[in-house]
Amino acid sequence: MSVMIEVIDLHKSFNGHEVLRGINLKVKKGQVLALIGGSGKGKSVLLKHIMGMMKQDSGQVKVDNQDIRKPRGKALRRLKERFGIVFQGGALFDSLTAFDNVAFPLREKTKMKSSEIRVAVLQELARVGLSGAENKYPAEISGGMRKRVALARCLVMHPEIVLFDEPTTGLDPLMGKAIHNLIRDCQKSLSFTAIIVTHEIPAIFSIVDQVAMLYEGKIIAVGTPEEIRTSKDPVVHQFISGELEGPISVK
Amino acid sequence: MVVVFIPFKALGHLIHNFIRELGRMGCFLAESLFWMIFPPYLIGRVIKQINFIGVKTISVIVLTGLFTGMVLALQTYYALVKFGAEMSLGPVVALSLIRELGPVISALMVTGRAGSAVTAEIGIMRITEQIDALDAMALNPYKYLIVPNLLAGIISLPLLNAIFVVVGVLGGYGVGAGLTGISSGTYFGGIRDFIQAKDVLEGLYKSLCFGLLISLISCCKGYHTGYGAEGVSKATTQAVVISSVAILICDYFLTSILVT
Repeated sequence: MSVMIEVIDLHKSFNGHEVLRGINLKVKKGQVLALIGGSGKGKSVLLKHIMGMMKQDSGQVKVDNQDIRKPRGKALRRLKERFGIVFQGGALFDSLTAFDNVAFPLREKTKMKSSEIRVAVLQELARVGLSGAENKYPAEISGGMRKRVALARCLVMHPEIVLFDEPTTGLDPLMGKAIHNLIRDCQKSLSFTAIIVTHEIPAIFSIVDQVAMLYEGKIIAVGTPEEIRTSKDPVVHQFISGELEGPISVK
Repeated sequence: MVVVFIPFKALGHLIHNFIRELGRMGCFLAESLFWMIFPPYLIGRVIKQINFIGVKTISVIVLTGLFTGMVLALQTYYALVKFGAEMSLGPVVALSLIRELGPVISALMVTGRAGSAVTAEIGIMRITEQIDALDAMALNPYKYLIVPNLLAGIISLPLLNAIFVVVGVLGGYGVGAGLTGISSGTYFGGIRDFIQAKDVLEGLYKSLCFGLLISLISCCKGYHTGYGAEGVSKATTQAVVISSVAILICDYFLTSILVT
């Protein structure tokens, strides 16, 4: 499998505080990678750099061996269209119904007829198990349903790369598992490359191919779920086992 | 630090913040104008925002215009009586409304009703990552959110100003006719004779500038809002205060330029 996403020596600081201190990471085409690490340690920041929504201080992010900060105009639009992202809170447009939220990118980005859009949207909502909820507004549906609508809105444009920012945060364990299974099923049927930022350990291990751990602004371990689970690295071991005693200080 | 330097430090901090804010707003305007020029042109979004900023403010404009015209006529009448010039009531009321009160008060009303709402809406979209979602969909947030609001502000304000002036002049006539029994021919004939095209143009230029100013400040404050509900509330308050002050300051300078 060829490398789809490559992050090379990425640095980013906010007000003098260095959040990313030389990130190096490779994700192969069609692979699902879980990005784990402590809260507020830069996982979402890294995700936004991969998406091109933040500008790094130094380093590179490459997609298909192309630096994502190089393209301009139409080339940049085409590159962005290869991505989809499911935000932590869903980021649904709260003045639109579930149907209109999913239809939004199709209406704005394509020349599809409204009848074709209707078919595509209903199909996508059915894929995420939300048939019948299309006329509800985001405020009228549960957190789990909002995440599903967000996933449907992301998948309706058939992206090649999908980034998930804590897709199960705030959900009960059953709903969390249901969302994990949904992500796995969608990935299998659509074969997109995915990066999932998550704290759901070990639940996430069952649906990903690789796990990368972010600690003190660097990727300190990358491997299969099994390799991470049996890692001898004291930081990785402490994080996976959830122990308070160890090299990671909890403040 | 030596105590004597503290006021200088505070003053420097204030000036630094002011210049930084001006720079940010300048960059924001430049980027908005850049995206305004290039297609696609989102006409539907512009019409929607004209409806929000303009059409939905008409009732407030009619009400404030009516009473402004009435009180202006009332005050002016008692001043004119002293000079026996009450027949000039129509031109005085109309001139005040067209050149000064119409543009300024209608702009202040739009700031209070629509400017604050625009800031709050964009601010909430920012903190709930809806703006990031637009960006992620390769939809430029400036093109989709900011440009329609700027255009709607520039288009709506002159029209609202026109409504304000017309209603104000009619209100003034109502009071004038009630007090002095002035005939409609004298009142409106005086307006026709005294008001020149340059007076109307002065009002038009002012409302165009105020429209741009209100929508620019409201959008910029919402777009760069702070964190959480407190950030949005602070941005909304700042948008209203800065817009109102900017309107009055800008009004002075525009008047001094246009009068000469």
